[in-house]
Amino acid sequence: MKVDLTVNGKDISADVEDRMLLVHFLREVAGLTATNVGCDTTSCGACTVLLDGESVKSCTVLAAQAAGHQVTTLEGLASNGEMHPVQRAFHEQHGLQCGFCTPGMVMAIVSLLRENPHPTEEQVRAGLEGNLCRCTGYHNIVRAALAAASTAEGASA
Amino acid sequence: MSILGTRVIRTEDPRLLTVGGVYVDDLRTPELQRAARLTFVRSPLAHARITGIDTAAALAEPGVVAVLTASDMDDLPPPPPEPEGGGGGEGGPVPVGGPFTEPLLAGDTVRFVGEPVAVVITDGSYSGEDAAELVSVDYDPLPAVVGPAAALAGETLLFPAAGTNVAASNPVSADDAPFDACEVVVEQDVVNQRVACLPMEARATAATFENGRLTVWHSSQNAQLCRLILAGALGLAPDQIRVVVPDVGGGFGAKVGIDRDAIIVAWAAKRLGRALRWAETRSENLVGMTQGRAQLQHLKIGGSRDGKIMAYRIDIVADTGAYPRVGGFLPGLTCLMAPGVYDIPEVQAGYRVVVTNTTPIHAYRGAGRPEATAAIERAVDLFAAEIGMDPAEVRRRNFIAPDAFPFQTKTGALYDTGHYAAALDKVLAAAGYDRLRDEQRRRREGGGPRQLGIGLSSYVEITAADAGAGETARLEVAKDGSATVYTGSSAHGQGHDTAWAMLVQDELGIPMDRVTVVHGDTDLIPDGIGTYASRSLQLGGSAVQKAAIEVKDAARRQAADMLEAAEADIVLDTQSGLWQVRGDPDTSLTWGQVAEHAVGGTLAADVRFNMDRPTFPFGAHVSVVEVDTETGAVTLLRHVTVDDAGPVLNPVLAEGQRHGGIAQGAAQALLEEVRYDADGNPLTATLADYAAISAAELPSFELVSSETPTTLNPLGVKGIGEAGTIGATPAVQNAVVDAVSHLGIRHIDMPATPERVWTAINQARKAAQL
Repeated sequence: MKVDLTVNGKDISADVEDRMLLVHFLREVAGLTATNVGCDTTSCGACTVLLDGESVKSCTVLAAQAAGHQVTTLEGLASNGEMHPVQRAFHEQHGLQCGFCTPGMVMAIVSLLRENPHPTEEQVRAGLEGNLCRCTGYHNIVRAALAAASTAEGASA
Repeated sequence: MSILGTRVIRTEDPRLLTVGGVYVDDLRTPELQRAARLTFVRSPLAHARITGIDTAAALAEPGVVAVLTASDMDDLPPPPPEPEGGGGGEGGPVPVGGPFTEPLLAGDTVRFVGEPVAVVITDGSYSGEDAAELVSVDYDPLPAVVGPAAALAGETLLFPAAGTNVAASNPVSADDAPFDACEVVVEQDVVNQRVACLPMEARATAATFENGRLTVWHSSQNAQLCRLILAGALGLAPDQIRVVVPDVGGGFGAKVGIDRDAIIVAWAAKRLGRALRWAETRSENLVGMTQGRAQLQHLKIGGSRDGKIMAYRIDIVADTGAYPRVGGFLPGLTCLMAPGVYDIPEVQAGYRVVVTNTTPIHAYRGAGRPEATAAIERAVDLFAAEIGMDPAEVRRRNFIAPDAFPFQTKTGALYDTGHYAAALDKVLAAAGYDRLRDEQRRRREGGGPRQLGIGLSSYVEITAADAGAGETARLEVAKDGSATVYTGSSAHGQGHDTAWAMLVQDELGIPMDRVTVVHGDTDLIPDGIGTYASRSLQLGGSAVQKAAIEVKDAARRQAADMLEAAEADIVLDTQSGLWQVRGDPDTSLTWGQVAEHAVGGTLAADVRFNMDRPTFPFGAHVSVVEVDTETGAVTLLRHVTVDDAGPVLNPVLAEGQRHGGIAQGAAQALLEEVRYDADGNPLTATLADYAAISAAELPSFELVSSETPTTLNPLGVKGIGEAGTIGATPAVQNAVVDAVSHLGIRHIDMPATPERVWTAINQARKAAQL
């Protein structure tokens, strides 16, 4: 079937299998490989992207379901070569090691801060329950989220 | 001022944070442009004879390129000759091949759910799963061997030719006399349960075979070892193979080398002459990737009522899964580290390694050492409870004295440096141990449902166990003044690029942003060992420093020549990166100028650094938990640690290693377990069923610094990568037991799930009413 969607502000149109998942559309059709697949049960969150500004796990959305909608991936987060405050906070707080969960983690936190610009540590931890990381013990990811929230632009971005 | 020891944020991050890493399945290199997808057909049964495989229906599917089974593997070299001593079995200390040899694709028998039986090659990825469903395999089921008891009973043998399920053994002493002489003796069976390594990037491999040369892209901790294994398995010369390791999404031991699934991918690419890609699903990963731990330990500890431990015994049955891979060797490490930080007059340690119809066991963060620490730290708490002494005090009374180093243990380890009492005192002070005990007393007196538990662990571990193998580094300074490091070590999240660049800047004054670090390509770095056993900085980092010193010496000779001065008068200003004649700052040369005049326009050094023997980092952890005695639910409130691995090169990286390890340790103590039913069916084969720990179940961690150098390398450093799983696991477990110890509970096996904790409380209350 033919699907049209907007990814990181760019219109993409392609003929795909009906059952194609959004994450595979992003990786194989749009050529955007930052979004990773870490499981097959919607448990790990590595594939988290924004669909019309809200976080979704792109392994549980069909490309067809995203037709006509706006998708933002990690690659679309920086603007004019400037990292998004959440990206910058990850860098400064050492919120990543191997980097595999990072794209999903960053997108989940961008979404979390849009819903709750000034979360407590407990709220950040609860909000990230659906995103697994095996390297960092979450310590610095949580710090990065709180650091991003403490900057004016992070909380409003 | 030196950059070493300062907080430097990572050079790796901007790329990972803006466009993402390039993991194997992200590769879009031209060689893989037309790659076909490989999908495994895996055994759905734990133990069965294969009586037939029908591939016709799958081959008839559109888009199917090929279906390959064991019968197609007629181009492999003969297996290596059986090692001296027959390859394990009863009384053989290590299992190597012999009757326990693991095939590539299963031949006439499958021995675990998930074992590769056939591969389907398709043009599209979704069609691979469809076609794999159409491969019809006839199985004749055999009884499954699940768990150590069934394996030892030996009613069903996995390898009838071996005559036993014991793949290796080193029997423990049966001498009870040292225990008979003790005032107090405590015994306990302890399960160190099987856990999944769970790197977020599962296994992935791509391969091409063109013009007689095999190229394999593989998610691994060591490219060079992959090449060596592939050469042996496929009958190729090492120089006919190039292994490339791109970004790796975590390893944790499970990605040491290359396992059979990935070798099959390489074989299939060679066989078909087609570029192939394989990226497993998580459900495959949780049955196909090696797992960790899986020891049943019988512990016996004896001593005097004044707290002196006189004798300790650990008798291990290690479940190594269906085939003895590295898992067959790990109990030896557990025995080596059995006495931990204590000076115990009599230590008895031994093991039996058994095969069962489950996923093979291999290294997992700590690999044999967390099992040793979990055992001794549990045993010390059992002993402390029996004599009614504070567990911190019992530890103090038995530590190896600070002036006893280097210390030769009863089990054959030579500890380099350490101060175990200092580490414990430091962590107790940071945690506010006395106040915590007061709070615990108040809660107990209050009789409410939420009780506090305080758990301790003191640990010592062995890092760079294969110190003599060393690590390689080549350093080149080009005429543009930039430096390139080719390291045999291999990063998968640790931050080698940043750390190695810091070492170069410190030694040569070439700024970090002019230093490129290259690893994981056997064409560029044919000789290297890789990353495991917390060996990178002490061996690979020391190699980089050694190479930098050699380059500096060569540059000094070159600069002396150019500046027409004596070598002894040539100095390098490492702040500005300029070569000068002493006392004449007006005359100076840049690195680029010096390199330009060197032979070939490059200053280079190619080195290997090895150590005489391994190093032994140590530390102490305090864990604080709250247990809801009505539901059995455990909340980890605080975790405080001292982890002393010598001088810290970059606190940012070292802390990150500690954080990750603590979380994995807490995960094993509280949540995670790979489980099977009685027929060997995995019950935790998806992330919906396997209880991987999340941010919601953890607190922020409290790290205390401590730096006791080793004398075994010029940086003075030891390994930090595995401290967390080694130190944290028993501290968290001990905290859970401590929270309910006033009810008469002495032990709860890991993971301390609500059900298990509630059951222990319930049984204790019933026993108290009797």
